[in-house]
Amino acid sequence: MLTDKRERKSIRSEYGKTLVELGRKNKNIVVLDADLSCSTQTAMFAKEFPERFFNMGISEQDMMTTAVGLSTVGKIPFVSTFSMFAAGRAWDQIRNSICYPKFNVKIVATHGGITVGEDGASHQALEDLAIMRAIPNMMVVVPADCAETAEVIKFAEQYNGPMYIRIARTNVPDVFDRETYKFNPNKALIVNNGNDVTLVTNGETLAEAIDCVELLKQNGISAELIHMPVVKPIDSKTILDSAAKTKKVVTIENHSIIGALGSAICEVLSENCPNPVLRIGTNDEFGQSGEQRELMDFYGLTGEKLAQKVMKFLGKN
Amino acid sequence: MTELNEKDIKEIKEFSKKIRKNVLEMIFNAKSGHPGGNLSAVEILSTLYLKCMKHYPECEKNPDYNNRDRLILSKGHASAALYAVMANCGYFPVGELMTFRKLGTRLQGHPSAKHLCGIEVSTGSLGQGLSIACGVALGLKLDKINSKVFVYMGDGELQEGSIWEGIMNAAHHKLDNLIAIVDKNNLQIDGCVDDIKCLSPLDEKFKAFGWEAYTIDGHNPQEIYSAIEKAKNSTKPVVVIANTVKGKGVSFMENQASWHGKAPNKEEFEKAIKELS
Repeated sequence: MLTDKRERKSIRSEYGKTLVELGRKNKNIVVLDADLSCSTQTAMFAKEFPERFFNMGISEQDMMTTAVGLSTVGKIPFVSTFSMFAAGRAWDQIRNSICYPKFNVKIVATHGGITVGEDGASHQALEDLAIMRAIPNMMVVVPADCAETAEVIKFAEQYNGPMYIRIARTNVPDVFDRETYKFNPNKALIVNNGNDVTLVTNGETLAEAIDCVELLKQNGISAELIHMPVVKPIDSKTILDSAAKTKKVVTIENHSIIGALGSAICEVLSENCPNPVLRIGTNDEFGQSGEQRELMDFYGLTGEKLAQKVMKFLGKN
Repeated sequence: MTELNEKDIKEIKEFSKKIRKNVLEMIFNAKSGHPGGNLSAVEILSTLYLKCMKHYPECEKNPDYNNRDRLILSKGHASAALYAVMANCGYFPVGELMTFRKLGTRLQGHPSAKHLCGIEVSTGSLGQGLSIACGVALGLKLDKINSKVFVYMGDGELQEGSIWEGIMNAAHHKLDNLIAIVDKNNLQIDGCVDDIKCLSPLDEKFKAFGWEAYTIDGHNPQEIYSAIEKAKNSTKPVVVIANTVKGKGVSFMENQASWHGKAPNKEEFEKAIKELS
């Protein structure tokens, strides 16, 4: 299922291409964007299916609720803009008009997390997964690479209900082998088996966590690595089985440590199998401008920084 | 045909009287609700459901259901009036109205699409219905379904910025299958709309945004019917600005912002029903 090639590719392009592919097969797919179609890559769909593409201009609230209306007549709207504006600006529309009646709207939010980079804190959504996760009926997915993104978007076409899919701005290394990878919405993926500590991650930090596992191994630590693209509904069993074995859990995400993957794991563990947990992400603070790799390093999300934090957590430094 | 005959007008007036009573009974029974903004909506909703809309109380059981006209109640707090109209049109038993706002009811405080057939979308948080209606209108056009989409808004609701996004949306997409109605009762919770955040001149604003705008008396069935029928043939999105009286039909509730969101006590309820009889 994993690939060794680790080539860096654009998840957003993969999204755009997948939409076009689905659009050719399914006439009910419609796409909405809020003046960011070249960034989110929905422009690919717009070019091929102009009659099924709606550029709503810079009005995210209008976009979300227009998608609601389209879904009521059987369309499958894919709605895209940056994570900050999708989840932030239009939260009430998403809660009341999409999730409460459980309409079939797919929100694919790009530019999630600190790696938005130079644009700085105003554009770095570090809370989006927390506020999306809090809404009943919402499925929240954070794919890690291109192969998985394509699979998740194809799943979204089939699944009937609201989804928030968060993808990164950056080019991310391939992790999964395109030929063999299958997305299972009910099951987290054990990427590496280990005994000393459980690492849980998703999105673009998966590649970093894989590097972290290797560094830990060089230091004699056997880490189990779980990739959990579906933050909600969460696969408790995989977490609990692993925690029962390793007794120590570290969560790693490109998001605030408040409210998203780290919190979800703590909820599962504290109620069923209390164990020490270290949550790694951004702390209760805003981001800042910087180059993508610099920011990953500054906020401690590179493989190397992760390994240092895990070692410290295990009392091995 | 853009005129109602005397018989139709009488029918709407009688029906409206029944709806007003139902609304008061529901709110009194629930000990909560929004009398003012429900009573201002009665003639318009009644005329729509009795004379203007193609709709099917049996819902999906009707093979023509996909071709129905849609109504989006953007001012979701007028739910009591809508439920009463629907019940009296045969969507569900009139007796069920007494479950309004009670635990386990299909008649949620604000309309919920998942609870009740005939409720197209869920509303209640103001400012969202117009854009939803634009989406419905766009979808119907994609499918070449020749149905109309009605969206019912309050005037206070027009202070929400998202409504103006929707106004631009409708004009930009040339949604000639969209008819918006503004229940302009001039009051919101804290007082007069134009004192709190002025909307006037509303018709000029809509026109400047590329809409057609008609202004009518929102309690006059003939005017309501004529405006809606005219709007159906427009080549632009149309807003019908309906001048209404908040609390209409109950003397002590009329034009009183304080009756926006409270239930009458027993004495008030009995007095109100007597006035309507």
